[in-house]
Amino acid sequence: MIQVNKISYNYPRHKYNPTKDSSIFWNFSLTLEENKIYGLLGKNGVGKSTLLYLLAGLNRPSKGKVLIDDDVVTDHLPLTMSKIFIVTEEFELPNMSLQKYVKLYRPFYPDFSDEIFSKCLNDFEIGDISDLGAISMGTKKKVYMSFALATNAKYLLMDEPTNGLDIESKSLFRKVIAQNMTDDRTMIISTHQVHDVENIIDHVLILGNKKMLMDKSIADIAAEYVFEHRADDQMGGVIYSENSLQGTSVIARRTPRRTETPVNLELLYNAVNNGKL
Amino acid sequence: MNFNNSDKAIFLQIADRLCDEIIAGKYKDDDRIPSVREYAVLLEVNTNTVVKSYDFLSREDIIYNKRGLGYFVTNGAKQHIIKIRRDEFMKQTLPEVFRQMRMLGIGIEEVINKFNG
Repeated sequence: MIQVNKISYNYPRHKYNPTKDSSIFWNFSLTLEENKIYGLLGKNGVGKSTLLYLLAGLNRPSKGKVLIDDDVVTDHLPLTMSKIFIVTEEFELPNMSLQKYVKLYRPFYPDFSDEIFSKCLNDFEIGDISDLGAISMGTKKKVYMSFALATNAKYLLMDEPTNGLDIESKSLFRKVIAQNMTDDRTMIISTHQVHDVENIIDHVLILGNKKMLMDKSIADIAAEYVFEHRADDQMGGVIYSENSLQGTSVIARRTPRRTETPVNLELLYNAVNNGKL
Repeated sequence: MNFNNSDKAIFLQIADRLCDEIIAGKYKDDDRIPSVREYAVLLEVNTNTVVKSYDFLSREDIIYNKRGLGYFVTNGAKQHIIKIRRDEFMKQTLPEVFRQMRMLGIGIEEVINKFNG
C-alpha cells in the first residue's frame, strides 16, 4: 500500500514575484491499494507529475511523509526502490545496446523476469536494438515500459504513457497492461488521453488545485450514476449535461432498477472540474 | 425518454459477447471458456471487469467455475440463453417496435409482408 500522509510541497519561490503562491500540495493525503489500476486525471499544471515524483521518492515533501509498505520512500531503501518504477513522460536512454542496458539495470530489481521482458518486446513488435539513444520516442517508450513491467516492481507509475504512441501501439499498450496486471500490483497512470485508458482502469483520481476532487472506483461510479444521451425535455435527475453530436450527453443519478451504463470518463472529468460532482 | 440504444455497462457487453459465442456454438456444453486474463487481453479491458462478467454469468447459471481449472459452459446454457433473450425480446424489444409502428402509422400487415419477404 502507498500512504501519502498530510504532505506539503512547494515549488521554489518565484524569482520576481516572491509573494506568488508556489505551494502545490498542502496537508494532502491519499491511499493507494494493491490490485488496482488508477487513472490520474487533472488539468495542466495541477501537479499530476509532481505527485508521481513524490510517490516515487524523487521529490521530497516539505512536511508529511509518503509511505511505501510502511517505509518512508524518501529514505530510499534499496528494498523500497526495487518495488517502485516510474515511467516519466519524457526521458533519455543512453547510447548503448538494449542487451547492455538490461545487464546494467536489472540488478536493482531482484524479481526481474526475462520471460516478461521478451514477451512485452514481442507484443510491441520490437526486436534487438543496437543503440537506444538513436530510436524514436514511441519505440523508446515501448522499450522502457517493457523494462518497467519486467522488473516486477509492485508499484508502477506511468506519466502520460500513451503520448507518442501510434494508434496500433495504444491498443498494444492496453493489451500489455491487461496481461501483466497482477493481484499484488498497483499501477497509476496519469493521462489526458482519457479514451486510451477508459476501459483499463479500476479507479479514478481527479486532481484539482491542492486537493483530490475525486477518488472513486469505476464500480462505485457505475453504481451511482448513469451516462447517456437524452432529449431536451427529459432532464429529470440530471446532474451534469453537455452538448454532443448525438444530442445532449448527461450524467444522472442511477435509480436502483436501471442497468448500469459504461462510465464516460470525459463527461465525468468535465462534471468534476465544473464542481457538479 | 431514455434512449434504448444507450450502451450497457462494459461488463454486461462482455457477458453478451460470450453469450453470442455460446449461441453460435463456439463454446459447447462443458467447454472451457477463455481465462479472465485471456479475455481481458483480447478485449483490452481491466481484468476486474471480466471477473465481474464471469461472476454475473455464473449467477445466471450460464458458466461455472472449477477451482484452479477455470470457467466452463453449463450444460444446456445455449437453450437457457435463448430463453432469456426471447423473454427480453418479448418484454422490451417488441413493445418498442410497436410503439414506433404506432407513432409512424405502420400497420401489422405491412410488417408481415416484409417479414415473409
